[in-house]
Formats: sequence, structure tokens, C-alpha cells
Amino acid sequence: MTSSDSVRPAAVTARGWGWRHAGRSLPAVHGLDLDIQPGERVLLLGPSGAGKSTLLHALAGVLGDSDSGAHDGAPDAEDSDETGSLLIDGAPPRAQRGRAGLMQQDPETQVVLSRVGDDVAFGAENLSVPRRDIWRRVEEALDDAGLAHLPLDHPTSALSGGQKQRLALAGILAMRPGLLLLDEPTANLDPDGVLEVRDAVGRCLDKTGATLVVVEHRVGVWKDLVDRIVVLQPGTATDSAVLLDGSPDQVLAQAREMLVAAGVWVPGYVPATRTRNNGTDGMAAAPSGGDLLLAAEDLAVSREQPRRRRFKAIPPVPVQSGITAQVRAGQALTITGPNGSGKSTFALTLAGLLRPVSGKVSATLDLSDGAGIDPYKWKAEQLIARIGTVFQEPEHQFVTGRVLDELMFGPRHLGHGEERVDELLERLRLTQLVDANPYTLSGGEKRRLSVATVLAAHPRVLILDEPTFGQDANTWAELASFLSELLDAGTAVVSVTHDQEFSDVLGGTELKFGAPRLKPAAQQAGPRNPEVAAP
Amino acid sequence: MREALTLSANHALLTRANPLAKFAVVMLMTVVLALSIDWVSASVALAFELLLFPLAGLTLTLLWQRGWPLILAAALGGWSTSILAPDSGKILLDAGIWSISEGSLELGLGFLLRGLAIALPAVLLMSCTDPTDLADALAQKAKLPHRFVLGTLAAMRLVGLMAEEWQTIGMARRARGVGSHGSPAQRLKATLGQSFGLLVQAVRRASRLAVTMEARGFGGARRTWARESTYSALDIWVVLGGLLIAATAVSAAVGAGTWNMVFLEQ
Repeated sequence: MTSSDSVRPAAVTARGWGWRHAGRSLPAVHGLDLDIQPGERVLLLGPSGAGKSTLLHALAGVLGDSDSGAHDGAPDAEDSDETGSLLIDGAPPRAQRGRAGLMQQDPETQVVLSRVGDDVAFGAENLSVPRRDIWRRVEEALDDAGLAHLPLDHPTSALSGGQKQRLALAGILAMRPGLLLLDEPTANLDPDGVLEVRDAVGRCLDKTGATLVVVEHRVGVWKDLVDRIVVLQPGTATDSAVLLDGSPDQVLAQAREMLVAAGVWVPGYVPATRTRNNGTDGMAAAPSGGDLLLAAEDLAVSREQPRRRRFKAIPPVPVQSGITAQVRAGQALTITGPNGSGKSTFALTLAGLLRPVSGKVSATLDLSDGAGIDPYKWKAEQLIARIGTVFQEPEHQFVTGRVLDELMFGPRHLGHGEERVDELLERLRLTQLVDANPYTLSGGEKRRLSVATVLAAHPRVLILDEPTFGQDANTWAELASFLSELLDAGTAVVSVTHDQEFSDVLGGTELKFGAPRLKPAAQQAGPRNPEVAAP
Repeated sequence: MREALTLSANHALLTRANPLAKFAVVMLMTVVLALSIDWVSASVALAFELLLFPLAGLTLTLLWQRGWPLILAAALGGWSTSILAPDSGKILLDAGIWSISEGSLELGLGFLLRGLAIALPAVLLMSCTDPTDLADALAQKAKLPHRFVLGTLAAMRLVGLMAEEWQTIGMARRARGVGSHGSPAQRLKATLGQSFGLLVQAVRRASRLAVTMEARGFGGARRTWARESTYSALDIWVVLGGLLIAATAVSAAVGAGTWNMVFLEQ
């Protein structure tokens, strides 16, 4: 007998339910009528602003205390406004702690405690489960989430993103919830991590029979696991909040065009992008095509700085070594490989932001233009006019409080290039947002802004770290098209990505990294010479 | 089950003591040493503390790595006392308004030793105590409100995360043209900007973490504890040992005639 017999699948009923966040004039959800039967598995779709996250937070009983979605503004519970009713098994979610379990997007904030066993036990403790039962639940939940091989005192900080999300799943399972709520659980994960989490969720549902509501852009990942798709639309006074409701095949057939227009990743659909003029044909794809701008020779990289001990600098253990690569004008270089293999670290080193452990990064005279050979030694103003780097998290790069100031920041420092800003605003559809605060933009808008701000300084080399992570299909297509244009105009584009379709659009060469080096002594055959992908 | 959840790398004796007993000793040492500024009581306490290192699994290298800000602060305190305290006895060094005399040097040395003697117990405590176990003890044994204790514990995990975030934001801002070069004023401005960026990320992460915790049922009036915090015979020895060190330090200072209660002196 398994103790999971005690899970009682939950039913959800919404009648004219609506929610307005504090400080907003329009409701996030309006007039929602929805019935979810116990044990049903529902995929929730809809454009951003349709209130998907709001609904999930409400079902988890955490709405009003903290913010949800893209606009973190800590609203007052007093000022927000609820209409109609939203019930789990006929009672308000807030009154039933532990009846629903919520998994959010950012793996780092899904972990509460520093040891695996403690973290899984946390929810059960809060529900006042007796101590003896807690540890039985913990073992079982870890097993179900596919983490049974980890010791209970394994540090949670040592887990990968996919493992952290599965740990969160285990923590939720230990509460024995009847309703699983997943809010874009795989948006921040690499393809392996996505499947890990999806499969673990599937296994747990098969075992417990719990009800599932999942929000996710990538329909293909969840399509076979769910038995119903509900499409929401932004709240208005007249229309119903539910636009479409039915089996996956039916909804996808009915609303394919609409979903594509809303940026949903519909299975079997790759958004149309601009094709490269010359990047993929024989001439420019040859290694000697464009002018050489930047080269890495026998490079070893690490995020750590050398440590000093008794006046001797001890170099850190490199995460990857023996990297040789060339960056050429008008050519794309794509860096691929498993998580933890040092792709981002290499990109940051190439970008002059990290000091190489050994080997060197050198700029040609063509690129350095009097600034010296080593990009790491360039001053910040010299750097941005030559090599632009777009970080995975756009917010890390915001330095002002207004979209226009953000774009003008680089040109003002350099003393030229302000005339290019209008063109970038226009091209990346940011003109309507010039006065907005960058932090309040949607995910796609933030991504477009972060690319625009870096390009405003007119660098000849553009380096992007996972630019397509978590982006909807529309932003994806715009970004890919825009970069293909830049390439044709002679900019070199280096991108770290797991996204095969994205690298196909850009063409060029691919640099494949091997598995991460675990021991300093493990000197295996060098990875890692660039392999020319045949486009 | 409890055995599986102790500090993984450290198996020293004191890791098995209840965190609350160790915490009580740390508080006792702090109070006793804060009473007087003299070098005898501080040196005696310091000597005992150094003897305790192996019991806590601590080495001098580890101490420097974990506790250097405290050691530096103690040294700085001692130095500034030496040059700023009112002079008495022979003047050893005179540089205008700053001077070091025998009296002020003794006071400064007392300050330095005292700073170290007060800082070390805390370093000892943290090196042989898992924060989670300390939180368990504070909530279960000292009956502090569990919401406060566990909230603090969860927030502490974010601190490590923020250290990584600081490095990333620094690089991300350099990539925007905000450099660590330029005049001190420009550097200060750049650091302030970076701190603001970090603050924004910290607030976001904290609010998401709060949602996670609440969604796992945190915040109710009652809860159970997966790990029971228990006392053992070892804890009696820990407390007795603490009392012994404090008593020896005070009586040595009184015997040597250096004991001066800072709060009584006017």
C-alpha cells in the first residue's frame, strides 16, 4: 500500500470571478466562469495580460499578499478588488492551506531551506503533519520526483535548475495536495531540464490522480500530458474571460491562427523569420568570409577570481578549457553544450567581462581601434562601442528609470550615436514605451529593450546569453529576424543558446562544449575545437 | 533520521551539542567581556577560545577565511583607541593631534584583544552549527516565534545568492558602459547604482520566495517539526565550560588588579 492513497483530487469552480490588483484601473481577470473536475489536467493559454498567473496565485491562496506576474509592485491587499467566487471543493482557497501546491518559474526562489530533506519536509511541517509521517512523506516525494538518489542532507544550492524544480515538486507532493498549480515551471530551464520536470509531473499525476492546472507558452511540451486546454483573454467588461475550452486537438485546430498571433508556441509551428542574405551560402559561411575581429586561443575560463595565498595567486579551477574560436564580421557563432559546461562563462570572457584563467582573448586592430589587444583591460566606454553583451536577465542591465534614458545612456557616455536611438525604438517596437519604467515592461518588451540598449552604442560584436529563453513565439521571431539583419549588415553575432531553431536562422558556425570538467586533473581529449555546422 | 542531517564536512565534538547551549555560552562570553576593558580578562578568554578550536573543527586558516572582517574590525578598533584615547604615562609617538602613550596603548591593546575575544565565540558557534539546526533550537527550545525564525533562515539562504548576483550585475553594468574606472565620485556613483540594482533583485527574489513559502502552508499559528531539537549530557558540559572560562577570565583580571567596569567609571 502506498500512502498516496490519501490524495483526494480537487475540483475548481469559478463563477463570475474577477480580480483587480491594487493600483490598477483594469482587472487582471474579469467574469471567469470555469469548472474543473477532480483529476482533470488543464493547460491554460492566452496572451500576456490574460490573467493566467493571477488565477493560479488565487487558487494557491497567495493572492493579495505579494505580487504576481511581471509587475512586482507590492500592492496593498486592501486596495485590490475581488468579484464573484472562486472555490476549491466548494470552499475559498485561502481557507484550505495545503489543498493546492504552486510551482513558480524561477528555480532559485522555489527552494526554501538549504538541505534537500528539510526543504521537502517544510510544507508538511507547516500543515502540522506528525514527525514520523513527515519523513515517510519526504522519502516518497523525493522518489516520485526522481530525486531519490540524493542524500537528505545534500545541499540544495548544488542542484541544477531542473533538479531545483523537481525538488519544488517533491516539496509540494509532501503536502499531498489535490491540486497541482504550475506557473511556467520550465521557462527558465534548458531542454533536458524541461523534459525532466515534465516527466516527473506526469509520473506524479499518474500515481496520485491529482488535478493539474499548468500555464506554459510551449504547448508541445505539455500537450500529451493534459486532457483539456483553456484559452483565456484579457479581462473586459463585456466578454467572457474564457475564449476557448476543449480537448487539446480540438482547441489547437480551432484556434491555431489566434494562438499563433498571440505568440503561443503551437506544436509544429516555427514562426516565420527573415532569411539571411549571405550568411548561409557558401561564400560567407567559409571561415575566411568576414574580417576577423576577435579570437580566443587555448582559453580556459572560470567565474571565480584567482585566490591569493602567501603572496602567490592560485588560479581557479577552470570550468572549461582548451577553447579556440574566431569571431568574424557578419558571421554568427553559436555556442552549445550541456548545462554547467561553461558556455556563458566563455561568452562573458570573450566579451571582456571576465579575466581568462589561461590562454587569451585578443581583439584584432580592426576591432580594438587603438584600445589595446585585451578586451578585459578596456575601459567600460571603450568596451561598449566595440563589444556589446546582452545578459540572460534583462533587468540586470537596466541602469535608469525610463526606457528612453536607457537607450540614450550608451550614446550619451560615448558622446555620439544618439541619432541611432530613434531607429532602434522604431525597429524594436518600443516607441510607445519611451516614458515607461523598464522594470514594468513585459518579458518580451524587456528582452527587446535590452538588445536595443546594447546596440545603441553601435558595437561591431554582439554577444547574447540565451536570448530566447522564456520568450513567446512573436518575440522570438522578431529577435531572430532582427539579428539576421544585423549579421547581413556586418555585425558579428555570438550567441549562447539551447535553441536549435534559433541557431538555424542565424547560420554560421557552432562551437560545441563537452560535459563540465569535474576534476582539475581530468584532462581528457580537448573538446572543443569549433565544429562547422553545415547549414 | 536525525543523524543523516548534520553538517556534512565537520564531525567535531561540538557539532553534536545543541545549538541553543552553544548560543547561550556565546551570549555569556559577550556580556562578561563587555563589562570591562582590560587586557587580562580578554587574553585569558582568548586563550581558552583558541584551545576550543579543535573541538569545533575550526583551524586558523578557516578562521581567517570566515572571520577576517571581524578580526580587521577589532584591529582597527584597537589602533584608533591607541591614537585617540586620552594620553597617560610616557608618550611613545607624537604626531600633532594624534599621539600614542603607554596608557592609550594599553587601552588600545585591551580593545583589540577584547574585540577578538568577543568575536571568536560567534565564529566558533557558526563553524560547528548548521543554521537550520540553530533555527530549530531557537524555535523549539527557546520558543521564539517560528514565523520570525524560519523567515530569517530562508532570507539567509538568499544572501549567498545575492553575492553571486552582485558579480553578475557588476558585469552586466560594465557591458552597459558603467565602469569601475574614473574619479572616486564616479566610482561611488557606479557602486551606488550597482547596489540599487542588487536591491531591486533582492526584493523581487524575496517576494517570490514569500509566495513559495506561503503556498507551502507557511504562516499558520501551529506547525510540527521534522527535526526535533534535543538536549544531551554534552550540553551540560558546554554550559559549564562556558561558565568556567568566564569565571577564570574575571578572577584573573580582578587578581591582577586590571578589572575595570566600564559602566561604573565616570
